[in-house]
Amino acid sequence: MNSAHPPFDPGIFGPDAIILKGLTGLNWRLKDYEARGGYQALKKILADRIAPDAVIAEVKKSALRGRGGAGFPAGLKWSFMPRQYAGPKYLVCNSDEGEPGTFKDRDILRYNPHTVIEGMLIAAYATGATAGYNYIHGEIWEIYERFEEAIAEARAAGYLGRNVLGSGLSFELYAHHGWGAYICGEETGLLESMEGKKGQPRFKPPFPASYGLYGRPTTVNNTETFAAVPWIIANGGQAYLELGRPNNGGTKIFSISGHVERPGNYELRLGTPFAKLLEMAGGVRGGRKLKAVIPGGSSAPVVPGEMMLATDLDYDSVAKAGSMLGSGAVIVIDETTCMVRALERLSYFYYEESCGQCTPCREGTGWMYRIVHRIETGKGRQGDLDLLYDVADNIMGRTICALGDAAALPVRSFVAHFRDEFQYHIEHGRCQVGSPAAREMAA
Amino acid sequence: MLSKESLQKIDAATAKYPPDQKQSAVMAALVVAQEEKGHLSTEVIEFVAGYLGMPPVAAYEVATFYGMYDLKPVGRHKLCICTNLPCALAGANEAAEHLKRKLGIGFNETTADGRITLKEAECFGACGDAPVMLVNNKKMVSFMTPEAIDKFLAELK
Repeated sequence: MNSAHPPFDPGIFGPDAIILKGLTGLNWRLKDYEARGGYQALKKILADRIAPDAVIAEVKKSALRGRGGAGFPAGLKWSFMPRQYAGPKYLVCNSDEGEPGTFKDRDILRYNPHTVIEGMLIAAYATGATAGYNYIHGEIWEIYERFEEAIAEARAAGYLGRNVLGSGLSFELYAHHGWGAYICGEETGLLESMEGKKGQPRFKPPFPASYGLYGRPTTVNNTETFAAVPWIIANGGQAYLELGRPNNGGTKIFSISGHVERPGNYELRLGTPFAKLLEMAGGVRGGRKLKAVIPGGSSAPVVPGEMMLATDLDYDSVAKAGSMLGSGAVIVIDETTCMVRALERLSYFYYEESCGQCTPCREGTGWMYRIVHRIETGKGRQGDLDLLYDVADNIMGRTICALGDAAALPVRSFVAHFRDEFQYHIEHGRCQVGSPAAREMAA
Repeated sequence: MLSKESLQKIDAATAKYPPDQKQSAVMAALVVAQEEKGHLSTEVIEFVAGYLGMPPVAAYEVATFYGMYDLKPVGRHKLCICTNLPCALAGANEAAEHLKRKLGIGFNETTADGRITLKEAECFGACGDAPVMLVNNKKMVSFMTPEAIDKFLAELK
């Protein structure tokens, strides 16, 4: 699998890693996981018969926020599951990782799959879920197969199935795969997809906790969220909280890509300065100047480089810089990049991936792409930037799911921060970046 | 319509879901069918729908919604290269141009000998290994520089 990947060195994932700590790429099996203390948190809960509400309280105390992008407090989400419910309740892991820039769930699942299984077991105990599914991005088939193997190991060892470790807890877990649709990362689109339909998001409310998979109470959490749970239970919510900052508990895996020397996953304490992450990733490729950063996956507003260098990586700090921590996908853009072309590619993505359900998104993403495309290809018109804003404003808040906003936010932020580049394209029919004048300005 | 092995794989997928929710296995079943037949014809989609006890149109909706199903024949090898922004920043456009030149085809075209189909794809969730390419849907190859592409193509059967 992926033989071209550079060899592991100790601490490659960062000195404060907890989810990725001690991983070598080879030690993903059950026996390895148990050797580094795996499944002890689950055993502690089962042996001490800790009340489900106490487990939820511990997760609330940790300030663990949803790692898929929305940042919703995980413990609070669990507490929405109805206590008294006759019939099956479900737990779903969202590993449909397709937000451009994000590639952390893939590494969690291929290097440490059992931590996700243990996290799901603890969540099942806390929420009363009877069965679970891990919805894995179709493009990472080898990881899907590995997760099936990990499930089989856990089942054979008595961690999954009826009467887990003789405790009376019953929980079945299965792997489910996607097949190429970004929208299934949206939790209700994912549930529709799991039911064997087009992955078109549902109108909310009702939320999945009351009407989820097959109409049953369901909790959907991201892979990294589940992966953090065993550590929280083993070490306490307070200890996890203290790894990060108030309201931003724990560590976060940052996927850094684009113009850096060493792209990859780095697990850092929330609140770590962006400059530190950039340094760990070897700095901007070729010693060039940082131009801009998309700090939370392609849906997050772009931030100018200088502003980002003064920003810490936690939910609240990145929000103050006018963007979102999102999934922790940090896309680094250097001074040689044409921002019009960069936005054109992102706009094409949202146009391509809009599920077509809501008119503002279905039509608006196409309009935005075509306007940016004509600006990029030298056919831009005066007034196009106002038109772009107008279309973006008419998508935002007018769609069933967040894809519409996700398409509009990059457009608004790219134009807001790099308006002169767009204007140059419109007036001169060509790019400012790479022109002799731009090179002089950068020098 | 489908081989015994394929039907066994579909049955194994179906067993993951409640007995009254066989439709949940349609995505897996269509993948199995596509792998056996090379692409999904209307007849194959209808067969899968019938096998899972769902209306043909519901299976057709799924086959047309998800990007990795092939409704038309493709070459013996399908290469999908991601050109989304993180990959593009790491040289995906150059990689794509190199592939087109080497193969003498554009996106969504197949070489004259029916060997290779080339497609442009959206994010695989592997941006740290950019540029990345998906080979026959199930194998990902990483760091696809022009040199790596030359080596890859030389080794491809």
